[in-house]
Amino acid sequence: MKMEAFLSYGFLQRALLAGVFVAIACALLGVFLILKRDAMIGHGLAHVTFAGVALGLLLNIMPLAMALAIAVLTALGIMKLKETAGLYGDTAIAIFSSVGFALGILLVTLAHSFNVDLFGYLFGEILAINTSEVWLSVVLALIVVLIVILNYHKFMYVTFDREAAKASGIKVGHLDVALTVLTAVTIVLGMKVVGILLVSALVVIPAAAGLQLAANFKQAIVLSSIVAVISVVLGLFLAFYFDFPASGSIVILSFLFFGFSFLFKRLRR
Amino acid sequence: MDSSANEPKELIIVQNISFSYGYTDVLTDVTFSINSGDFLAVIGPNGSGKTTLIKIILGLLKPNQGGIRIMGKPLDEFTDWSSLGYVPQKATHIDPFFPVSVKEVVHMGLLSSRKFPRFSKKEEELSAHRALTHVGMERFKNWRIGNLSGGQQQRVFIARAIVNQPDILFLDEPTTGVDAETQEHFYDMLDKLNKKEGITIVLITHDYGVVNKHVTQVACLNQRLVYHGSHEEFCRSEAFKEILAEGHHMISHRH
Repeated sequence: MKMEAFLSYGFLQRALLAGVFVAIACALLGVFLILKRDAMIGHGLAHVTFAGVALGLLLNIMPLAMALAIAVLTALGIMKLKETAGLYGDTAIAIFSSVGFALGILLVTLAHSFNVDLFGYLFGEILAINTSEVWLSVVLALIVVLIVILNYHKFMYVTFDREAAKASGIKVGHLDVALTVLTAVTIVLGMKVVGILLVSALVVIPAAAGLQLAANFKQAIVLSSIVAVISVVLGLFLAFYFDFPASGSIVILSFLFFGFSFLFKRLRR
Repeated sequence: MDSSANEPKELIIVQNISFSYGYTDVLTDVTFSINSGDFLAVIGPNGSGKTTLIKIILGLLKPNQGGIRIMGKPLDEFTDWSSLGYVPQKATHIDPFFPVSVKEVVHMGLLSSRKFPRFSKKEEELSAHRALTHVGMERFKNWRIGNLSGGQQQRVFIARAIVNQPDILFLDEPTTGVDAETQEHFYDMLDKLNKKEGITIVLITHDYGVVNKHVTQVACLNQRLVYHGSHEEFCRSEAFKEILAEGHHMISHRH
């Protein structure tokens, strides 16, 4: 009965639809990012996304679209900077993320948008997602998932043994760009679900949970996706029935799953 | 694997290759060729350019001067990457927690030959099975790579490198961190691949003492190519005497 009531609300259906697809995209990319020792890229890009949102609010252009453009450009910038400027690992991320956030604060002040809208972007507003945003999220998330799955062996090879992958004629550079762009898109989509401040959790924690238990790569991908989807669905359920904040619930739940898998792994030994 | 490889043909030609990192010259004017059926040891002290040379041959590094021809084609026109197998040096330093099974690692090797429409899945399974059997690792196929010993991991990486049945196999210090007994088995296995399967082998090593009874050719590098020729002649050569005179370093670097 309760489930029926749960699903009878339009806003919940929209939240579930967008949430589930975005969760899978986040989990898939999370696995690759963690194994590439690049888990913090999500955190960094999320902060830059703030500047995109602010610019959208200022110019009165759909903030989600603006955020997408800014995030993709920044992600490519970080990648180039890492390759060419010889900066240590996450220095580029640290610089871009703080400058992005600073820019966001400036733009938001200019746009006089320190209001509820902005808080939605910072802390997540999945229950307030509108129809056009749902479709944009679902379609983009589906594209991300499809690209990852179709090229999954190649991404796995490059992540595991870059040199050997290169020597076998795989276009490693193309895959780098693809993974970077996919990450940027996914971060922006995740922002819609749990907010700028928590999106990196949605990318990292379910994947980290999956990686605890997986005996092979396929399992890592599947388990991470399952953890992400259950966290989002249960989180929305809690938000609806107990009036918890959806974003916080989703992240805490995924952390609990991580905790369980961490303990399970240790006990199994 | 070419069964008509009785008469040696030049698989790889290295022409006047020079390479430097910044102001440090690593290779200077290196010229030699690798014939089909060779079991070539590339030896030389640390920093003598062995790995750099192999990376240049494989197109991973661009030389400052000179050129490479593989199977008659200049490197930048060469596309048949599945005919080359490569076991990189760092394979012994892979991430032990990476969640990947032995079978998945071997399947990676099939990607270079995968075209649309791709090989049938059955065929891929069969190739992987055959490669793992060759290196005696078939029964470990569902193991996580990090749970294997160093020697076993190297066997898996060789399986990945030979899964496409390549004509030539490059190995960069494959037995680093592997105990002496396992090393012996390992080189016996390479012998088999070379003599029975006809795979040309290029082996970078600084343990010439261990490999010398297996190899047919030697290339001795020390920024320049100090010697290139058969193992027998090498033992009579000035280069060999020099190396002996220089002490133990070159022959056996392990402690």
